[in-house]
Amino acid sequence: MNSDNKKVHGVLAEFRNPKELIDAADQVRKSGYKDFDTYAPYPIHGMEEAMGVKKSPLGWIVLGGGLTGGVGALALMIWVMTTAWPLNISGKPLFDIPIYVPITFELTVLLSSFATLFGLLYLNGLPQLHNPIFNVERFSKASDDGFFVCIESSDDLFSEDKVTNLFRDHGATHIETVYDS
Amino acid sequence: MSTTYQYVPKPKIVKGDHTFGSITELITKTPLSPTPKLWYLAFGCANLLLITLLGAISYLVWEGLGIWGINNPAGWGWAIINFVWWVGIGHAGTLISAILYLFRQGWRTAINRFAEAMTIFAVMCAGIFPAIHVGRIWAIYWVFPVPNQMSAWPNFSSPLLWDVFAVSTYFTVSVIFWYVGLIPDLATLRDKAKSKISKLAYGTFALGWTGSFRDWWNYEKAYMILAGLATPLVLSVHTVVSFDFAVSVIPGWHSTIFPPYFVAGAIYSGFAMVLTLMLIARKIYGMEDIMNIDIMEKMNLVMMVTGNLVAFSYLMEGFMAWYSGYIYESGIFWLYVVGPYAWGFWILMFCNVLTPQFLWFRSVRRNVGLTFLISIFVNVGMWFERFMIATVSLATDFMPSSWDYYSPTFWDIITYIGTFGLFFTMFLLFLRFLPMVAISEVKGVLPQADPHNYDDETQEYVEAPNEPIVVKQEQTV
Repeated sequence: MNSDNKKVHGVLAEFRNPKELIDAADQVRKSGYKDFDTYAPYPIHGMEEAMGVKKSPLGWIVLGGGLTGGVGALALMIWVMTTAWPLNISGKPLFDIPIYVPITFELTVLLSSFATLFGLLYLNGLPQLHNPIFNVERFSKASDDGFFVCIESSDDLFSEDKVTNLFRDHGATHIETVYDS
Repeated sequence: MSTTYQYVPKPKIVKGDHTFGSITELITKTPLSPTPKLWYLAFGCANLLLITLLGAISYLVWEGLGIWGINNPAGWGWAIINFVWWVGIGHAGTLISAILYLFRQGWRTAINRFAEAMTIFAVMCAGIFPAIHVGRIWAIYWVFPVPNQMSAWPNFSSPLLWDVFAVSTYFTVSVIFWYVGLIPDLATLRDKAKSKISKLAYGTFALGWTGSFRDWWNYEKAYMILAGLATPLVLSVHTVVSFDFAVSVIPGWHSTIFPPYFVAGAIYSGFAMVLTLMLIARKIYGMEDIMNIDIMEKMNLVMMVTGNLVAFSYLMEGFMAWYSGYIYESGIFWLYVVGPYAWGFWILMFCNVLTPQFLWFRSVRRNVGLTFLISIFVNVGMWFERFMIATVSLATDFMPSSWDYYSPTFWDIITYIGTFGLFFTMFLLFLRFLPMVAISEVKGVLPQADPHNYDDETQEYVEAPNEPIVVKQEQTV
């Protein structure tokens, strides 16, 4: 492949199994790299410590969605029942918190779920039309049975040779440079 | 005195010698290989029923509710029965995907995708009935709180309106949950697909998922939050459905046991439906390693527990009819047992109370044929339960002078049968084009998935030492 005039996105290394991947991620983090990621067909438990990933902020997004749903539902019902369209139905009180409970609950759950879905997509930067990592043919294994690490060129410490050597020392089975296009 | 400890191996969730690769192969095989002839046959039959449904609905909209068997005392007929029945079936999917997830039941991975799909399609079928039962379907948008030209608003104190919110929220959240679970598997299909069209289609819906751990980290959080949201939701849906009955002051309906009783019944019928479908699908698609006998037995246990909860509720209804000293309540109870619909009551007792008792036997729980038979009985029994609830209290109300016998018409029957057409059309499309088992989740419960099962020196996978889940102790003094 003619690689002289292509921008390097990073270096991708494949490992044999989740254990090796975790050990490799641990080494990469200890070597001081920040812009790196590991790829596996399922979430490997314990990887968060090896990679030093911070707690996901998703819960706060969902809390926002839930509050919007709950407060919005209550406000709508109180306004409709007491002001916009007060209907006397078998003498039931108009302002009556217990009868608001089911719909308040449902809308809290509904908006929380939407916040979860869109929050997840936002945090993961999806949908993504193009990702340089897919330029590597072997990478299609990442959704099957492949375990990969990629250190990206945006990292301050990044140097193609150094990173390649690091992966080689830790038993990578395949090492390949990822280009932007 | 001596103590001996015996290590009992923990049964593997996925049977057979599977690796990550063979799991991918097994599950992606169906969506990526050419359509089998049998599928076309089944799909054609389902389509015929679907057309029947559309025809029945069109005639209903044209002619009006008079084509149904509903009459003056019994204003709710098969429509409400079928609605409650289908929504109830839907409950198993969310129970399996959400509640069992929170309880860390690894075996749920074998059936969660399948059951969630069933949930979504069952709720679709359910939603049709109240919508067409309103009569003037072109005014159905009045149930939603949208500003309109009459500046009128829905009545938020009506349980029927709560139901609109409960069922539509349930449907939406089920779809979101299902889709979030599908994203990584769609990426697998995208990477495995050969043809351009399938690559494009799966790739579009996979949204560019890479399997990056930073993505998985948010994903797992999202999945847990959705499970946490869906858990109270699934319990609330049938609770609200039961409010349609329980909030009224009709004898036989006005009862506080209804919400838990409905929820237990919903899970009961839902598991029966999952079993019915699973036992057929696992055979046709060769999924016996994943949807194995151990999983069938666990589902049978859930069915047995919820079945007995339902049986207990029947008992409590009879007890309360006597203990309350309310003559109309006890009147309804006697009408159940010996009244004009008593035949329905005894079918219900036979299917719902008697048949699950066979599940006390381990040999029955692990027998595919008998389980299939029991699941059919439970499906039938749960339909009759809703039939009895909806019919008896209305058709034989306070004054014998206003009693009338309710029976369905041809149109009632084919509308109900037609919903199976919708259900199976959707389900067959799902089986054909989407992974019927959650690929990434099954991989996550394989023993190879746990980094602790690898040797520190050689970095090779070692068959996990048998985990001591049962410690047998013998003591002699």
